[in-house]
Amino acid sequence: MLDQPTNERRLTIARAMAEAMQQEMQRDPTVFVMGEDIGGFGGIFGNTRGLFEEFGKERVRDTPISETGFISAAVGAAMDGMRPVVELMFVDFFGVCFDAIYNQMAKNTYFSGGNASVPMVLMTSTGGGYSDAGQHSQCLYGTFAHLPGMKVVSPSNAYDAKGLMTAAIRDDNPVVYMFHKGLQGMGWLGTEAGATVNTPEEEYTVEIGKAKVVRKGTDVTLVGLAMGVHNALKAADKLAEDGISAEVVDLVSLVPLDRETVINSVAKTGRLIVVDEDYHSYGVSGEIIATVTEHDISKLKASPARVTFPDVPIPYARHMEQFCLPNPDKIVAAYRKM
Amino acid sequence: MKPTKEQSLWMYETMVVSRRFEEAIEKIYLEGKTPAFNMASGPIPGEMHLSNGQEPVAVGVCAHLDANDIVTATHRPHHQAIAKGVDLKKMAAEIFGKSTGLSGGRGGHMHLIDPAVNFSCSGIIGESCGPACGAALSRKMQNKPGVAVAFLGEGAANQGAFHEALNLAGAWNLPVVFVIEDNSWGISVPKSEVTAVARNDVRAAGYDMPGHYIPGNDPYAIFNIAGEAIARAREGKGPTLIEVETYRLAGHFMGDAEQYRPKGEKEALFAKDPIPKMRERLIAEGHAAESLDMLEKRAEARVAEAISFARDSEYAPETDALTAVFV
Ligand SMILES: Cc1ncc(C[n+]2csc(CCOP(=O)(O)OP(=O)(O)O)c2C)c(N)n1
Ligand SMILES: [Mg+2]
Repeated sequence: MLDQPTNERRLTIARAMAEAMQQEMQRDPTVFVMGEDIGGFGGIFGNTRGLFEEFGKERVRDTPISETGFISAAVGAAMDGMRPVVELMFVDFFGVCFDAIYNQMAKNTYFSGGNASVPMVLMTSTGGGYSDAGQHSQCLYGTFAHLPGMKVVSPSNAYDAKGLMTAAIRDDNPVVYMFHKGLQGMGWLGTEAGATVNTPEEEYTVEIGKAKVVRKGTDVTLVGLAMGVHNALKAADKLAEDGISAEVVDLVSLVPLDRETVINSVAKTGRLIVVDEDYHSYGVSGEIIATVTEHDISKLKASPARVTFPDVPIPYARHMEQFCLPNPDKIVAAYRKM
Repeated sequence: MKPTKEQSLWMYETMVVSRRFEEAIEKIYLEGKTPAFNMASGPIPGEMHLSNGQEPVAVGVCAHLDANDIVTATHRPHHQAIAKGVDLKKMAAEIFGKSTGLSGGRGGHMHLIDPAVNFSCSGIIGESCGPACGAALSRKMQNKPGVAVAFLGEGAANQGAFHEALNLAGAWNLPVVFVIEDNSWGISVPKSEVTAVARNDVRAAGYDMPGHYIPGNDPYAIFNIAGEAIARAREGKGPTLIEVETYRLAGHFMGDAEQYRPKGEKEALFAKDPIPKMRERLIAEGHAAESLDMLEKRAEARVAEAISFARDSEYAPETDALTAVFV
């Protein structure tokens, strides 16, 4: 990956997230964490490990299974001077608590004419690939990014994971922090090795709203986020074997969306493939393609393509789910068809 | 209300079927997952929530139901499904992700739906409650017999959906019974840390319905109270809330290291395993050990048959993933 200081400390995304929270909690007494099993258990996906031991149950608060209650409580606390980091264990569970998120968290700043702020982080896991079926495997990036008033980020590696978490906690706006289970570094989820990277011990931020060119190329632009970036990087390797040079853009942030980086890349390559594990229609992939075509369609040498999850609930059986998920071969095939 | 001889033998045999089923699933689940535990691998992938120890709740309640009655269940659904009469072969095949499964492999272990016996479940905590109210309402509107039972965990009783559904049931006088399986844990979080009341039966008062708490994971006590509640619902007298103390002998899900359990808790729970306890009671009541052995053998054979059926079945074509979104 580009743009990373060299050091010897490789962290998983789970540990990088926990370290960012730990440092912010040490720095700022208004930061606290709450959610289900985030205390002594350390989070189902390991991202709060160690916090309970250091900060105790007042600031690392196990909640009842009451997402509407505790997420709207975070909104209230955030508007009253605290900086809550609240976990929705799986993004799929947004269904039971979305009002707290999109009608309160996302709108109160606007409703106050900018006089009130809601400085909170909603962290939530996304993604499938391990047969957890239709209520535990979704991404829903587009669903969250569609609704105005909340920033939305999703790291593809531990370096960004730490810097984004720090930036999200310090941000005076609500930030939805979506972490992909397959990148967490939890072996039981069949983790992607490329997500575990060098991560500085000292605190730093990664800018929210800035995409990264993580591989330079000239023939085609592959755009993705989170797991999509790793699929794109593997596809780029395969394309390179045939002498095709793919550029890979990691969106990092969906809101704000760094349209310029995408546009500049496609202006150079003339071809665009968007990789998105979210459902095909009405989502990130359509938005990226619209961004490029609206700006200057003449830059495109071929119709843009997208490799996405088909518009069906996520199936349980492994072979069916794998059939639906994006993968490097599908990206290569999409390029061949251009 | 006391079970007849037939009913108590049915309860016992069904508990044994359920336990043997879970033991078989547990073993197969680990196939392909050692030495490194990766949830995605093996013949049964994904999350797995076993019901070992919670069988008394399922059988004590379902002994009073027939296929026409409705059950909505949870993310830990196997014992409830088995007691409700869901086809064991199709259920096993579903858990293997095979074409012969209840949904042809689309739903999996947390999403078992069997319209033939009016059974469904959901992996979203608290979401058994609303659909049970709706089914009960539907029976009332269609003037058809039948009651609905919603199973949920004690953790789910803190979910808004539970409280809204109880109010609906109370306000509309619905033929529905809410049965909370209190295993005292929601994953790693103890009930006492996150629940404003010690026992959820007291919450019934807020929704103008009777509430009962049943200690001891005792199938006979559950049979008794559930029987009264279900009879009450059938007579049009409205809903009931029941909380049952039960034991989760397994981890929350397979792979759970259970470090959050206090020392000795597991051993103490195993000592209270409801299945040997019921066997002892049946023997004390005069049932011959050999006849119980026979029931156990029959239960084992049923499970073995279902598991072989599942193993021997084919996977559906992968393109089936794209069908059945709509009818
Ligand atoms: C809405 C929602 N929130 C959180 C979860 C994650 N989750 C799955 S099981 C569980 C604990 C449930 O506890 P309880 O209701 O007591 O049932 P038990 O697992 O003990 O049978 C949690 C929090 C979920 N599936 N759905
Ligand atoms: Mg429980």
